[in-house]
Amino acid sequence: MEPVLQIKHLSIDFTRYERGTKRRRLTVIRDLSLEIYPGQVVAVAGASGSGKSLLAHSILDILPHNSHVEGEILYDGTLLTPERIERLRGSEIVLVPQGVSYLDPLMKVGTQLRKGKKDPGTKERYRIALNRYGLGEETEELYPFELSGGMARRVMIASASAESPRLIIADEPTPGLDAGTAGRILGHFRELADEGAGILFITHDLELASEVADRVVVFYAGETIEEARAEDFADVACLRHPYTKALWYAMPKHGFKPVQGSQPYPGQLRSGCHFAGQCETCREECLERETIPLRPYDGGRVRCLYPKEEGQV
Amino acid sequence: MRHRLEFTGKKLFRMGVLLLGVSLVTFLLMCASPLDPLQTNVGQTALGSMSPEQVEKLEAYWGVGIPPAQRYIGWLWDVCHGDFGTSLLYRQPVLEVVGERLANSAGLMFFAWVISGVLGLALGVAAGAFRGRWQDRLIRGYCLVITSTPAFWLAILLLLIFSVWLGWLPIGLAVPAGTDASSVTLADRLAHAVLPALTLGITGVANIALHTREKMVDVMESDYVLFARARGESARSAVLRHGLRNVILPGITLQGASVSEIIGGSVLVEQVFSYPGLGQAAVTAGLGSDMPLLLGITVITAAIVFAGNLAADLVYGAVDPRIRKGAAGR
Repeated sequence: MEPVLQIKHLSIDFTRYERGTKRRRLTVIRDLSLEIYPGQVVAVAGASGSGKSLLAHSILDILPHNSHVEGEILYDGTLLTPERIERLRGSEIVLVPQGVSYLDPLMKVGTQLRKGKKDPGTKERYRIALNRYGLGEETEELYPFELSGGMARRVMIASASAESPRLIIADEPTPGLDAGTAGRILGHFRELADEGAGILFITHDLELASEVADRVVVFYAGETIEEARAEDFADVACLRHPYTKALWYAMPKHGFKPVQGSQPYPGQLRSGCHFAGQCETCREECLERETIPLRPYDGGRVRCLYPKEEGQV
Repeated sequence: MRHRLEFTGKKLFRMGVLLLGVSLVTFLLMCASPLDPLQTNVGQTALGSMSPEQVEKLEAYWGVGIPPAQRYIGWLWDVCHGDFGTSLLYRQPVLEVVGERLANSAGLMFFAWVISGVLGLALGVAAGAFRGRWQDRLIRGYCLVITSTPAFWLAILLLLIFSVWLGWLPIGLAVPAGTDASSVTLADRLAHAVLPALTLGITGVANIALHTREKMVDVMESDYVLFARARGESARSAVLRHGLRNVILPGITLQGASVSEIIGGSVLVEQVFSYPGLGQAAVTAGLGSDMPLLLGITVITAAIVFAGNLAADLVYGAVDPRIRKGAAGR
């Protein structure tokens, strides 16, 4: 089977002006690769501010003007050109954003969902989609400020499912929800995947990622440092990168041990392994190498010279 | 509905307090004015040739020698009974003078108000939508030039170009000079109003356009426009469906507030065009120590400005669903 989405060595950087006219390039995402097959949920997990949302925006080609994208994004095996994504976004490729601020505050939900179309077919389609998530006709007459957090999320999932999408990009769809509601929202995504859509699930919550996804891509300082199977998270010994292991130990059910130090900001990166500052098993070689490549390892991928070494215990 | 009435009531009370303050400040400023009403209006030579009794009569007419507190309270008392007094210069009831002048100015100001509102909004939305491109630079450049140009200077410039050089439009006044009032046509009046209205409008546009542009830029960078784009809406649809809708609300506030700028601007512009409007009367009253007229004009224009803002607030409440529904839910 062919992957519905294939990202090869994607890098995103921004041109910024600092101190007057001095231009500076700031790399936010570097050398990111991943594949999503139909029916699969792939989670991208990383700390806040690590550039995860930009990944979603770059696929949809809605990045700000001062950004620059390198690498290849393939959809259905062919290159996703700006012309192609313009045709596909909102129909085959849909976004489920974070929260209610993504809805126009001055437009009724129904009007907003229909994107200006008024024919009965379109109306019916969105009515069915809202219904599927337990939202009645009266929801269409509400303004976004009248929706609860959970309702807003369901409205946005409905907006995605109404299009019968083949790729769904979910950007942090659960923060601010109680466990029960969040669980139901995640269930909706699983359901859409089982219907054949590929799902890119962007989150800062590794535990959540390992529960809902088939594969988990871990993000660190703008780089993919590990790609793991969801079941690898059952046992820390199956995990490859020391950062993932540290995160595993930081989960409440595994001892709640905080990760020491913090991620380097984009623009402060040196050569060699970027995790070196926080790694307990860092060796001289890790700093001497220009770059550490992402390589296949034990059914997943890892960006580490000495994976699976027990660091944090 | 009850909420709306309560809101309006509170605002009206505030308006009363504001007008009281405005009249008091105007009065105090006039008291502090170094101009002697007799010397200004009668003249040094004429005064010298008058008998002391005549001078005394004149002093009584211009209110010289009466303690300020007594004068102000007397004026206030009369106003509370609906009497704004008589203009000392025009020798007509203040309300009559103001009414006549306001009728002249109203068309001018309304035209300028509409022009600046519509054009300002359109230019602001366009500049925001084309942010950073040549359209934006052009509009912003125009606005910055106009904002840094004094209105009276612009008035003189337009006068030079259209009246002196091209000779298309009359050089001043509201009607042709030396014509019988009954033979003045509407076209005459319009021809005389075009330049002052244009000056006021052009000046007003810049401010509204710049504010609207800032808001439009915010809207275009908002999460909801991003999501609209992600859902396949075109850039055009993002601007017209979401941008315009969200820019209109602050636009209403701006439009209400611009009433004060237009009235303020009209004082200078009418002076340049010798246009017999309210602004010109205000200048005459101020320089001629016509206390009742100046107080009358100040209070009435302050009330108009306040009404403009109040109207904006009320319209805002009716248009914005968050306020409308929020108030209804209470």
